[in-house]
Amino acid sequence: MRVRPGTIVKGLCGTALLFLSGCNRHQSALSPFGDDAARIQVMTVVLVAGAVVIGIAVAALMVWAVRLPANRLTLVGGERFILIAGGIVPSAVLLALLIYSLPAMRPRDVSPGDLNVAVTGEQFWWRVRYEPPGATPLTDANEIRIPVGRTVRLRLLGGDVIHSFWIPGLAGKVDMIPGRENTLVVRATRPGVFRGQCTEFCGLSHALMAFDVVAMPPEAFDAWLAGQQAAPARAAAPGQALFAQHGCGGCHTIRGTEHAGTIGPDLTRMGARRSLGAGTLPPSEANIASFIRHPEHHKPGVRMPAFPHMPEREAMAIARYLKALR
Amino acid sequence: MITRLVDRIQTLRATLWTLIAPPLVWAAHFLLSYLWASVLCAKRGAFATEPALFWGCTVLALVVIVGCGVIAHIQSRVPGDNPPHEQGTKVDRLRFLAYSTLLLAGLSFIGVIFTAVPVLFLTDCR
Repeated sequence: MRVRPGTIVKGLCGTALLFLSGCNRHQSALSPFGDDAARIQVMTVVLVAGAVVIGIAVAALMVWAVRLPANRLTLVGGERFILIAGGIVPSAVLLALLIYSLPAMRPRDVSPGDLNVAVTGEQFWWRVRYEPPGATPLTDANEIRIPVGRTVRLRLLGGDVIHSFWIPGLAGKVDMIPGRENTLVVRATRPGVFRGQCTEFCGLSHALMAFDVVAMPPEAFDAWLAGQQAAPARAAAPGQALFAQHGCGGCHTIRGTEHAGTIGPDLTRMGARRSLGAGTLPPSEANIASFIRHPEHHKPGVRMPAFPHMPEREAMAIARYLKALR
Repeated sequence: MITRLVDRIQTLRATLWTLIAPPLVWAAHFLLSYLWASVLCAKRGAFATEPALFWGCTVLALVVIVGCGVIAHIQSRVPGDNPPHEQGTKVDRLRFLAYSTLLLAGLSFIGVIFTAVPVLFLTDCR
């Protein structure tokens, strides 16, 4: 069967259109908001352009060689050409690329006054601990806030299995390995809300292990951190008693209350989060209630036990209580 | 003296020693690079400020590889018929081994440089 060129072009364009669905500004290495990601983007453009030029040159050479009249090429001449174009030139190009790319691999300098953020990968969420120099650490989950224009040292840890930490718009990705601490030093260049994702298969809900990244102006970040470090005042709510009654505090912490579990995510700021279940669901009260009763429906393989026996109105009361936490 | 050395090399028969020396030197240099960097980082906690030992070993490795390459180059230039040299004769065997040695020396030379260059740029233990 003969396929028309027009059909091929339409097919290619249609396929390319499907890839466009992945275009966004909040989780893309092509839309950097950090110094390192910007350098990686420039390097990517240089490498792709170079690869296209070399690919076209090799194809043109092949066409030229095939169309050449017989007996125009000699064995010695061919071998010499292969040595030069196939050995010496690629070696020189690769050495040049190595020298060009190595400085980007040098870790950014840090000073003792820089903010440390310890991030631990857990199945299937992120434990986040802000460690500002000279101040009390602050524990949070599934959201990372960083000040724009300041160097931040991310201490990356593996809690249970190997995870990988990647904020495509900020920097390259780094593995989180249990028993080992890896460091990623970053600096955001513009404020905004972005997204990171686990990029090492870590279990059934690996693809549902994301987090929000909020790059804030430095003053706003300082104010936010200071505000969070102050002990929050908690008004009594119907859901609070149910939260205690169902034993939620055995795994979850809510600062300002007696609940201090550390197995699951810290829920102190639950109501302020932009997503539920580490980037899995919109954080509505109905979704929170559904997640409490049947977490495995939303996150297969989740470590949190299901509460199917909990009446829905009680789940909703707890959801309202959690949604009010800020 | 150089003429005498060239004459001496030309009298050498086909040998595997110069063939295997460059990749072995490359492998040894590769191992040394990693051991040197990891031991220094583990013991000092900081990258070497004057990596004289490393650069000395790198120059030594390159000299050995270039030496093998030069010997192979001289050996491959024995007078004879036109290519291809694919007969089971002593001359063709010598040419084949010498040319293989030359290419391996070239590859090992690049390999050693590629292993050494990061020390220039990545002066950090992280």
